[in-house]
Amino acid sequence: MIYITLFLEFFKIGLFAIGGGLAALPFIQKLSRDYGWIRQEEILDMIAISESTPGPIGINAATFVGNRAAGVLGGIVTTIGVVTPSIIIILIIAHYFSKFSETLIVKSAFSGIRPAVTGLIATVGFEVAKSSLFNIERYTNTNNILSIFDIKAMILFFVIVYLLNKYKKHPILYLIGAALIGIIFQY
Amino acid sequence: MKVLWELFTMFFRIGAFTFGGGYAMLPIIQEEVVDNKKWLTEDEILDCFAIGQSTPGVIAVNTATFIGYKQKGIIGGITATTGVVLPSIVIITIISMFFNQFQNHKIVQHALGGIRVAVVALILNTVYKMYKKSIKDWQGISLFIAAFILIAFVEISPVFVIIISALIGIFIGQNGKFKEIGKR
Repeated sequence: MIYITLFLEFFKIGLFAIGGGLAALPFIQKLSRDYGWIRQEEILDMIAISESTPGPIGINAATFVGNRAAGVLGGIVTTIGVVTPSIIIILIIAHYFSKFSETLIVKSAFSGIRPAVTGLIATVGFEVAKSSLFNIERYTNTNNILSIFDIKAMILFFVIVYLLNKYKKHPILYLIGAALIGIIFQY
Repeated sequence: MKVLWELFTMFFRIGAFTFGGGYAMLPIIQEEVVDNKKWLTEDEILDCFAIGQSTPGVIAVNTATFIGYKQKGIIGGITATTGVVLPSIVIITIISMFFNQFQNHKIVQHALGGIRVAVVALILNTVYKMYKKSIKDWQGISLFIAAFILIAFVEISPVFVIIISALIGIFIGQNGKFKEIGKR
């Protein structure tokens, strides 16, 4: 039963993805390797869609993966899976201790979790950079070290990084701009 | 019943109209819950946001569950969460259907080629900002590097990395306390 596996895997994400938005990505990347519910390059499409539609990014991503894996019902099952741990944990905390975040144990746990989550998300950045900015296949074919760089992608990458830091506009604007450039220059 | 309906519609609206994920929702939730409905005070909502960010899972869902629970108990929590995720389910389901259909179209392929590069830029930019904010000492740097290597090259499950890093944080944080207890 794919629905049970989907539910359990996304329950696990809901339980262990800490830090919002991108924190689910390393888990989804692992799902892509283990089950093939979504292809590696589709993860980038998933992020683009999740960031440019309304709603929580984690929920958008869960619905998208579930939908790819097992249709409409799959998307509903993954969403229920990812929110269930939240509901249980928050109900317990709201009932018993509302000063939860100020306790020493939670604060010190977070001093460990935060850098580790940054490391986890960095691996996703590393993987996606490897597949979109470099052309490793062309390098192994030609053995020319220069051919490893995907020049067209690199130029667009640095332009976007520059604009991101200069103007700090909403991500959706950069995604639309990149889509137009992609169409015009045949990325 | 009236409060449940208000919870549902309010969170549905927030889910349907806020772009940019959980963090972008927080100021809007604050305005609705504190200024308009007067359900929570300024201090209570800040506690609620702190809990939403320091518990596992989607921040918007954590926050919605907490506020819903404070108003109407367990049913309130589930109602608020249903409201905030429902727009996502509907919108993403529709987009996925179109995506499946148009994914292999030539123009869509080129657009996705550009979009993927932009997403790489967005992710690396976020990592850079997180790094600057969350890593301040050599312990942080070691945890960052260890987590990166374990996931990228050893390919162990992120679950272990989260559990172990939390334990290390607790151990370092409580160490001072342990020493004091030892002296007694």
